[in-house]
Amino acid sequence: MNPVKSLKAQKSQLGESAFQLKVLNDEELLGRQLPLFKEKLNAIGLYPLKPTKIDIFQINVGKMCNQVCKHCHVDAGPDRKEIMTQETMQHCIDVFKKHKFSTLDLTGGAPEMNPNFRWFIEEVRKVDAEIKIIVRCNLTIILANKKYHDLPEFFKKHNIEVVSSLPFYTATRTDSQRGDGVFEDSIKALQMLNAVGYGIEGSGLTLNLVYNPAGAFLPAGQAGLEKEFKRVLRSKHNIEFNSLFCITNIPISRYLDYLIVSGNYAAYMEKLVAAYNPVAAESVMCRNTLSISWDGYLYDCDFNQMLELKVAAKAKHISEFDYEELVNRPIIVNQHCYGCTAGAGSSCGGEVA
Amino acid sequence: MKTYYNPEDLAKFGKIGEFGANNLAKKFFDYYGETFKDGALSEREKSLIALAVAHALQCPYCIDAYTSDTIAKGCSEDEMMEAVHVAASMAAGVKLVHSVQMINKAKELIM
Repeated sequence: MNPVKSLKAQKSQLGESAFQLKVLNDEELLGRQLPLFKEKLNAIGLYPLKPTKIDIFQINVGKMCNQVCKHCHVDAGPDRKEIMTQETMQHCIDVFKKHKFSTLDLTGGAPEMNPNFRWFIEEVRKVDAEIKIIVRCNLTIILANKKYHDLPEFFKKHNIEVVSSLPFYTATRTDSQRGDGVFEDSIKALQMLNAVGYGIEGSGLTLNLVYNPAGAFLPAGQAGLEKEFKRVLRSKHNIEFNSLFCITNIPISRYLDYLIVSGNYAAYMEKLVAAYNPVAAESVMCRNTLSISWDGYLYDCDFNQMLELKVAAKAKHISEFDYEELVNRPIIVNQHCYGCTAGAGSSCGGEVA
Repeated sequence: MKTYYNPEDLAKFGKIGEFGANNLAKKFFDYYGETFKDGALSEREKSLIALAVAHALQCPYCIDAYTSDTIAKGCSEDEMMEAVHVAASMAAGVKLVHSVQMINKAKELIM
């Protein structure tokens, strides 16, 4: 049974970032003092961690979502009202006018629920026709309301890359993480995306899926899982997609709550620490990504954003964007960062090592 | 309460060489690691076989390890359960096929 309310609406302590940081370093809950992530980085000469460049602009346009997934690190849901305003979006566009980035990555919540979502994409395209725009679409939003039914056409018109979560190719495991009926609606939405060309070879329209474990385990190899997803989705549902990104669940927010309630917290953290891969550490996404929150503040990544760890720079808001200062800032790390360096590593684009 | 099987011991398996015969432990783990790599059979298929063997041999450590491994490798509940049914069917078949010996002997003895 999925939660019907966000942790924040439930007034849960784990809805508070300071409490989450305390739990991440709680020896009693963990059974021992885990090695500090920053010391792991120090051992390979990577501490303080510094960006290599700022190439990907990841904007969280709001925490409102039509789903209440059990693992959501944003603690998103229908009861979350934090939404980026047009004024903050304009600050982002002003930055695009001055600086060139390879990718604009839009996330949420369900980013499409922001009333200025379409306006923003149209304006960005006017400023930069070349920039890759990614929308992290939860799929079910396409069917949630008539006003969203044309999203596949809208995405196609603006040459947007669609990245969608599908934790498994069966209903049982998908619905256990994302809510009853989500699998069925996701399949319908994927078929609608395929119908306009997304994921179809030669169309030039990219549809990537995201696999993140529906439980307290780490993802296996991306290539093997992609093969299996493609085989099953094609044979059972006639669905095509381009690539599968494997993402490790980061132990914060609702996923942290799940780990604690299910009695898996200490074992999961041990797994992350044991799977630490220094090669993955060198390629973590925070080294080339900047994360912007609904209210315009700047963070090293979407996870640090949810933990309210603003960038360690004087300019902390998009309205005072300073590339030189930001590209030279130290990236803030804590114990949750083990999630991005386990095994083959994890990023919003899947494995990194 | 102390028990013979302790889930925490699974994580110590890789260190058995520290107690003695490290060269043999190393050979075993190299062989083990190599066996489970993608080959003519995929890692995923090998993991399902291991899950079935874990049940056939009734090893709690192996059941723990290969339940986690098959889930991580994207095996469905049906695939995992079918693998265990293969082990169970084989176990039943192994018993039942011996009934042929019983029948042979019985035929010798019964007029």
